[in-house]
Amino acid sequence: MNQTVLMTWEWLTDPANWQGRGGILAQSLEHLRLSFVALLVAALIAVPTGLWVGHTGRLRWAAVNLTGAVRAIPSLGVLFVAVLLLLPRLRGELAFELPALIVLVALAVPPILSGTYAGVDATDPAARDAARGVGMTGGQVLRQVEIPGALPLIMSGLRSAMLQIIGTATIAAIVGLGGLGRFLIDGQASRQYDQMAGGAIAVAALALLVDQALALLQRVVVSPGLSSAARVR
Amino acid sequence: MRRTPVLALALTTAMTLAACGSGDDPLATDAGSPTEDGTATSGGTGEGEGGEVIVGSANFPENVLLAEIYAAALSDAGVEVTTRLNIGSREAYMAGLDDGSIDLIPEYTGGLATYLNPEITVTSSEEVLADAQENLPEGLQLLEISDAEDKDSLVVTQETADELGVASIADLEPHAGDLVLGGPPEFESRPNGVDGLQEVYGLEFAEFRSLAAGSNLTVQALRNGQVDVANIFSTDPAIEENSFVVLEDPESLFAAQNVVPLISSDVVNPAVEDALNAVSAALTTENLTAMMVEVVSEGQDPAAVARTFVDGI
Repeated sequence: MNQTVLMTWEWLTDPANWQGRGGILAQSLEHLRLSFVALLVAALIAVPTGLWVGHTGRLRWAAVNLTGAVRAIPSLGVLFVAVLLLLPRLRGELAFELPALIVLVALAVPPILSGTYAGVDATDPAARDAARGVGMTGGQVLRQVEIPGALPLIMSGLRSAMLQIIGTATIAAIVGLGGLGRFLIDGQASRQYDQMAGGAIAVAALALLVDQALALLQRVVVSPGLSSAARVR
Repeated sequence: MRRTPVLALALTTAMTLAACGSGDDPLATDAGSPTEDGTATSGGTGEGEGGEVIVGSANFPENVLLAEIYAAALSDAGVEVTTRLNIGSREAYMAGLDDGSIDLIPEYTGGLATYLNPEITVTSSEEVLADAQENLPEGLQLLEISDAEDKDSLVVTQETADELGVASIADLEPHAGDLVLGGPPEFESRPNGVDGLQEVYGLEFAEFRSLAAGSNLTVQALRNGQVDVANIFSTDPAIEENSFVVLEDPESLFAAQNVVPLISSDVVNPAVEDALNAVSAALTTENLTAMMVEVVSEGQDPAAVARTFVDGI
């Protein structure tokens, strides 16, 4: 036990493991790149859909049920099916990357979508009525009242999606992509537990770092009147 | 038609991952300590029965099939057998033999010998076997080897072979810098893997693509050009089906790989030994490859294929 901790510590603190093409830094960057691409694509799908569902109140049952169902999809299974279906149809790196993205986007859409429509849905009816009362159109109500009001929940949807993406992006290594998952898969194949444990710690650290960065972003973009800190005062 | 391999692949890997997630030792979950029972009996009166034999297998279909064959032969000999299949790579199941969560596994002489002695230089069947015997951990033994050999091999597509004019691994030397090598992740760190290719043949590939989802994925990647050279086993039916070219290995980087039962001495008795030696005598590379086509390409149940084979011995 202590031995493992010590070996993991040595692995993590050995500069040789941080540098170079397969080093922790390079793999972290690759991990981040894949994760942010997935988050962006998921947000482009889920935020407009969530706003529409929240604003119009239509298809809410579908949004609720579908997001629930999508959450139950096993990522690993989807990855294999996608790889085996897409590999013969795509050339080069994309043949591995697209399946991984599909998995990560499918994972990230539900939290963002439910955060967005719940945020819009939770807009104070009095504020919405007032906005209409001063003559705002539906679009203006959405842009000037509902979206700013929904931002805290949209942001928390994005943050929870990003945590899941960073954790799950490790499985991309199974189909030969880079990222911190390499250390888990290669470490397991050669029984190098220090490398596996070190890789797992690196994934956790990266997830926390990114979450903190998004928390900062949230403080910047959310109206001060809505943040809980302001409410306490 | 495609669905079975996909599912099998997903299941296999899911099991491997599940095993890896369960803590320090993936094999020690519910071992039921069969060796303790075994030792107790033989230490006492030395009765012939020897108790239950747990047959393990590595996480690829051929090894699963061989494990099923051993299990069928043992059960015909009146030995109580359970199976624990798809454990993982050699690094993983050797730990299982050591802690008694399995008693018997189909091994390959060369892979085992290299695992036990990374400095091994011999490559012929007899020498490799002798070397493996010598370095075997206490409490384990090898029974008789079979003629069936499943070697690591490097394969390319027919087009690559024609285009580059390569027939052996040595011919790759001027081209390696432009080629992507693909194989399982352990191939990267094994002495007779990526390092061996560089030391023995002077090959520096542009990239090693580690494909952890079984040989099916490696075959697909080779067929579709994501990798140019692939490490797959010489008995893989995909070689036949895709007319891949198996590159010759003039320097014998990949040592002899005769199929052999690796067994814990605690469970060895004449009945067990006779049954497994009869299997080894009957196995050849040809009938093994034929059975592999039935299992992998035709999707037949490995246990049923094993049963037919054992009935025919």
